[in-house]
Amino acid sequence: MSQVDSVSVALQTPGQPQPYKELGMQDDEYQRVREILGRRPTSAELAIYSVMWSEHCSYKSSKVHLRQFADKAPQTDILLVGMGENAGVVDVGQGWAVTFKVESHNHPSYVEPYQGAATGVGGIVRDIISMGARPVAVMDSLRFGPADAPDTRRVLDGVVRGIGGYGNSLGLPNIGGEVVFDKSYAANPLVNALCIGVLRHEDIKLAAAPGPGNKVILFGAGTGPDGIGGASVLASATFEEESHKKRPAVQVGDPFMEKLLIECCLELYREDLVVGIQDLGAAGVSCATTELAAAGTGGMIVDLNAVPLRDATLRPEEILMSESQERMMAVVTPALVPRFLEICAKWEIPASVIGEVTDTGRLIMTWHGEVIVDLPPRTAAHDGPVYSRPMSPPPELAALQADSPGRLHRPSNADELRRTVLWLAASPNLASKEWVTSQYDRYVLGNTVLAMPEDSGVLRLDDETGLGIALSLDGNGRYAKLEPYAGAQLALSEAYRNVAVTGARPLAVTNCLNFGSPEDPGVMWEFARAVEGLADACLALGVPVTGGNVSFYNQTGSTPINPTPVIGVLGVHDDVRRRVSMAFAAEGTTLLLLGETRGEFGGSEWAHVVYGQLGGLPPMVDLRAEAALASVMVTGCYEGFFAAAHDLSDGGLSQALVESCLRGGLGCQVTLPGDPFAMLFSESVARAVVAVRPGFEGHVAALCEQAGTPVTRLGMVGGDSLNVALQTAEGAQPLFSIPLQELREAHEQTLPRYAG
Amino acid sequence: MSPARVGVITFPGSLDDRDAARAVRIAGAEPVPLWHADHDLQGVDAVVLPGGFSYGDYLRAGAIARFAPLMAELVPAAHAGLPVLGICNGFQVLCESHLLPGALLPNAGLHFVCRDQRLRIDNVATAWTSEYAKGQEVVVPIKNMDGCFTADAATLAELESSGRVVARYLDVNPNGSLGDIAGITNEAGNVVGLMPHPEHAVESLTGPTTDGLGFFTSIVKRLVNA
Repeated sequence: MSQVDSVSVALQTPGQPQPYKELGMQDDEYQRVREILGRRPTSAELAIYSVMWSEHCSYKSSKVHLRQFADKAPQTDILLVGMGENAGVVDVGQGWAVTFKVESHNHPSYVEPYQGAATGVGGIVRDIISMGARPVAVMDSLRFGPADAPDTRRVLDGVVRGIGGYGNSLGLPNIGGEVVFDKSYAANPLVNALCIGVLRHEDIKLAAAPGPGNKVILFGAGTGPDGIGGASVLASATFEEESHKKRPAVQVGDPFMEKLLIECCLELYREDLVVGIQDLGAAGVSCATTELAAAGTGGMIVDLNAVPLRDATLRPEEILMSESQERMMAVVTPALVPRFLEICAKWEIPASVIGEVTDTGRLIMTWHGEVIVDLPPRTAAHDGPVYSRPMSPPPELAALQADSPGRLHRPSNADELRRTVLWLAASPNLASKEWVTSQYDRYVLGNTVLAMPEDSGVLRLDDETGLGIALSLDGNGRYAKLEPYAGAQLALSEAYRNVAVTGARPLAVTNCLNFGSPEDPGVMWEFARAVEGLADACLALGVPVTGGNVSFYNQTGSTPINPTPVIGVLGVHDDVRRRVSMAFAAEGTTLLLLGETRGEFGGSEWAHVVYGQLGGLPPMVDLRAEAALASVMVTGCYEGFFAAAHDLSDGGLSQALVESCLRGGLGCQVTLPGDPFAMLFSESVARAVVAVRPGFEGHVAALCEQAGTPVTRLGMVGGDSLNVALQTAEGAQPLFSIPLQELREAHEQTLPRYAG
Repeated sequence: MSPARVGVITFPGSLDDRDAARAVRIAGAEPVPLWHADHDLQGVDAVVLPGGFSYGDYLRAGAIARFAPLMAELVPAAHAGLPVLGICNGFQVLCESHLLPGALLPNAGLHFVCRDQRLRIDNVATAWTSEYAKGQEVVVPIKNMDGCFTADAATLAELESSGRVVARYLDVNPNGSLGDIAGITNEAGNVVGLMPHPEHAVESLTGPTTDGLGFFTSIVKRLVNA
């Protein structure tokens, strides 16, 4: 087809067959486009509607559920920008604001792990820049198949290199995240990348194109044939063997260009040169033009011939769908265009005026003088289809929940307990992740106060006042598989606790919801339950959802991944110098266990590692206890009561003690008050272990009593081994002792063995 | 007396330029931002080439930055005695500019390596190390992709015999550098290249130690006494 499919051609050929099905559109969706336009769409218009109405861009299956985040939002005045923009913006005090968001890049990371993960980082960083913020850190939540599965090394190595290669070259510290192995993710890894940005309140920028006559400027990398169809095909289609044929559909990243874009944008903002700005991600120019126009005065004209190309043979449909990385679109008043272009030139960034804002209510695009797009932008950007998909509990759920780990043999003597501590510490999910994190720069920008393996990443925002933030990213697909409502709440609970144990006050939430196909009623039910659970828990804890991302179609054949809501919680440190680390580094401090331990093993690491079993119900959610514990931690850290604090989660008290001992290089002497198996390995929520500075034991007891947080005295920090005893009527009876050296070897050798 | 003025060059892709400036400030000098495309050293008393990935390191690390207009000013000034410290990518640029001998190759493990690295300071006679004691052991972060110091045998022998190895890796050689070399100096001792990042060990809140501050206080002291 050499002739351009212009609007006038479309009017003359109403019956021409169009490949809407190949572009992922349903019959009725295509009919709606024809109704909106009053004619058949041109091929360029079809390209725009197909990507903008894809699951990835339109949230058509999730929208009806996600509304709960707004409907149940807690009363708050900390949200400067709420859901719906590129990222939410939170007031953290002293005139500072923080924007943060997490996004998935799951499918591309399986096809091409390095570039898939790298461009995942690149995309989320541009979301943060487009809010007017300086990006200050990244985190990532990663899930792979079993550590010993044949394909895991390829994916793990490529993903970690990709995240490092891109993030390190941008000069953004990587301050935390997760690495999880589970067979559920064997052919569908999860790569969820988060970026944090910082700005002054008055610097917030929005994605809108107001003001007729204002110029539309495309700047950054040239547009090439990368990721064409990526948004609608690659990011939403179920994975099958032939996916490898889609290799060219994965975008290629250029972190150097992105670094220049960051500095260029910040200079443009400093001189107040932009009226509106939007990054180009999924659906590229289609998305940026329709969204900017829809949110502004309502109209825009664009000359597609003005788009700088890396490949001169690209057709207009391809230009519209290209997902070439490192591009931004800005709206600039005509008088400021020369200065805008001057700053781009200083940073050696190509920039072209490609269009103009109008008040016609139409988005009009031309190609060699012919009109090839003429549509109301809102219909593409916001009025896509919305589905209430059928849902019902997965058929296997009842049997799964009935299969309680109570049937499994538990360690019954000191030897077995000792072996279990080591076994868990060396298991891939609980083992040291240093092989991963040593490939990330955690120091650049000079504001990293805590980074992995600490419970949260902690950053200084203000050198003078010490204002800082903490951020944690957590999920647990096994819990969510057993009970998605509770699973989402447990992920929130853990992230909230991880932030609080450093002494930060939890403020706001972001999320990345990774699920299977929404066309599977079981998956849709899991999704709906998870969203409901998360919305209810956010309301109960008083932390609003600021934005998020949904990733559907994570499955192999008809088998979906474990439902995996990954939750990020942002907290604020009024004075980050008072933060507390997890490291046992102060000899003679008193160890306390805060919170109540119940014998809870459903979905636990113990059942997973020792028996490969998943069944029963996950730990009981207790948000009231979680909030109480957080209040104790925030006050206690600020008052200087704690020398160390570590949250209890996967692997329970056993794993928490192992990690704190190894982090600080000191052992401890612990006496357990009851059933040692439950005390060591239960995964009950709302618990933390703290090392109390001498002289403050009474203060902590009073604080906990006031909050209603149970306290158990465990022992003391010191020595060079982990010593565990049992309290009996006759006094403390030693159970076992493990030298730190032995623990260290168990904990640190696992990942290099599988990945190195 | 006005404080010493220490320039920090920003190339496209420089990443640790703000951190170097902060370290200069903490050491008591005034950091002066220098732009790669200018022909003006702004009369600074010393210069830091910071870490990063100039021009993406898409060619050899430092190979393009070496041709920046500002380098045409810096090279003769360094030959005339201007104190210059190149950190990480800055070290690579100094080697590419032939202000220092040798080259930095990709790390032996072919991974980016970020770790708290123990070092020994072997030469305390340079403009940037006078505040250390000879043989002093310090812990400073290292973080790079191309940190493997290499030179031909004659150059290595010359560096060793003339005591121009400034710092060496202890415990672990993180990148396969010959002779465990972490940093070197030129014959005059005014130009120093260092693969680890002393500017990330200047505050106890954010660094593993404050051991890196000595590089910056050394130059401040020298400039004040000059």
